[in-house]
Amino acid sequence: MKVLVAVKRVVDYNVKVRAKADGSDVDLNNVKMAINPFCEIAVEEAVRLKEAGTATEVVAVSIGDKACQEQIRTALALGADRGIQVETEGAVEPLVVAKLLKGVIEKEQPQLVILGKQSIDGDNNQTGQMLGALTNMAQGTFASEVAIDGDKVNVTREVDGGLQTVSLNLPAIVTTDLRLNEPRYASLPNIMKAKKKPLDVHTPADLGVEPKAHLTTLKVEPPAERQAGIMVESVEQLVDKLKNEAKVIS
Amino acid sequence: MRSPSAFTGDYPEIREAVAQLCADFPGDYWRALDQERAYPTEFVQALTEAGYLSVLIPEQYGGAGLPLGAACAILEEIQRAGCNGGACHAQMYTMGTLLRHGSEQQKQRYLPAIASGELRLQAFGVTEPGSGTDTTRIRTRAERDGDHYVINGSKVWISRTEHSDLMVLLVRTAPRDAGAKPSDGMSVLLVDLREAVGQGLTIKPIRTMMNHATTELFFDDLRVPAENLVGEEGRGFRYILDGMNAERILIAAECIGDARYFVDRASSYAGDREVFGRPIGENQGVQFPIARAHVQTEAAAAIVQEAARRFDAGDDCGAQANMSKLLASEAAWAAGDTCIQTYGGFGFAEEYDIERKFRETRLYQVAPISTNLILSYVATHELGLPRSY
Repeated sequence: MKVLVAVKRVVDYNVKVRAKADGSDVDLNNVKMAINPFCEIAVEEAVRLKEAGTATEVVAVSIGDKACQEQIRTALALGADRGIQVETEGAVEPLVVAKLLKGVIEKEQPQLVILGKQSIDGDNNQTGQMLGALTNMAQGTFASEVAIDGDKVNVTREVDGGLQTVSLNLPAIVTTDLRLNEPRYASLPNIMKAKKKPLDVHTPADLGVEPKAHLTTLKVEPPAERQAGIMVESVEQLVDKLKNEAKVIS
Repeated sequence: MRSPSAFTGDYPEIREAVAQLCADFPGDYWRALDQERAYPTEFVQALTEAGYLSVLIPEQYGGAGLPLGAACAILEEIQRAGCNGGACHAQMYTMGTLLRHGSEQQKQRYLPAIASGELRLQAFGVTEPGSGTDTTRIRTRAERDGDHYVINGSKVWISRTEHSDLMVLLVRTAPRDAGAKPSDGMSVLLVDLREAVGQGLTIKPIRTMMNHATTELFFDDLRVPAENLVGEEGRGFRYILDGMNAERILIAAECIGDARYFVDRASSYAGDREVFGRPIGENQGVQFPIARAHVQTEAAAAIVQEAARRFDAGDDCGAQANMSKLLASEAAWAAGDTCIQTYGGFGFAEEYDIERKFRETRLYQVAPISTNLILSYVATHELGLPRSY
């Protein structure tokens, strides 16, 4: 079974992001970038399937400019077998990403596609679902457990009310939630091996997709600054403040 | 918290991966160990499993076979992330003596197990209470008795002995005045600590101002198999010497990591901390010392890189190894001092980790070689001045 995993280059989760002075975007100048944490979980899950003998090949795909090859190499160091970069310029929105991934799926014919449920930059949480609609493949989103069962995959989903397990026909799309697994550290020998693994570059035109923008960002601004708190003298005063000042209880 | 800037220097993918591993060992992990003076077993385990400690072991013996520059990058990132590589850095280079001077049989027997982490070789027994850096005056003796050497004497400031399976030990096998030169008559033995402790070897930990597992060793008729002799009898001093350049360059790289940690922390704090209604970093009196610490760090880092380059090219690097250790340890100390000054009172609070790193980095102006001895080396070997001793 071939598994395709999507990885995205995003701002590192440790970075305190700042909005640009003109409010056009987040300032990414000289900021540390990393693989999106949910994508890392997706890679880990695919590699575990390979280690268990269920998957035979793990292919990591990323969409972006040349810099995203770093994140593909990270995925290769974690255990993916080969990489694909779809070369694009500037920001690509979820629908375009889903169309490009559909193109890659048609070329590669994977049995299972694993994506992060969302990326921590845009927090859109759309790509996996759009890809499901475009490809007509079954989808199991927000997975906290993935078990291959013959020509089906059982996906335990984290939903509002608790856990829901769905059985999907393969080929299928899974998006990962935080608790699916804990990604390993890339080991030094694997980092070195990753440099020699194949990495192919495609253009959107190769995949028959023309990247179009459907969305325009109007303004990016930091959240309002939090006011300093106060110490209250008594429970009565606390209740009074919650009722009359904060107006969170009545 | 590391600075948001991109990784500086070569081996970016290794640096990134090391930083990621270190992120799982934050300040509170190290503070708890510091309280107890306990060994960072889990941290060392994680580094071992990820293969970082076998970076220098050739691939044929199960290591990564990478140059010293890669090992420098690893140790620098460990220190920069606020962790302490001093607990295990010697696992990287102590095996060098065995690799360069051991027999093929010894290499086959030990190196793969050292590479996998199954065997820890991170103790290096040279210094003695009566001889300090004047190594030719060591008095620990090994006498041949059939298939064994019988060892008597003592060593001091031997790091990590309690957390090592093997130790490279320098002993006298002939008196100082018996050979043509005082440095003749010393030999290197590989001691299996798992068998030796309680059978003629006593290890006594020394409590120090920071959490560094250092010990005193007492040998009382310890028997070591003669097959554990590394290289030829009587030539041990040379074997020890050529491992020292690697050690100095690697520790210099750790100091660069410490210095960058302090500069990262100081600049981040100076930018955030508001007093009198604005960030303290707006004051040049606060920002200039941080900028100076950064300049000093970058200058030292350039020499460390040059020393590693010469080492990897097989060129003579004694002067660069020594100078880089001096410059980097002083850059780290100056950056630490600036960092504490920037933090004010908070610099002394344990929960900020600055004071711990400050104590830890002080060691490197003394170990593995004191600044005084480096200056003495530069004066006599580089400048041709008369020997002072």
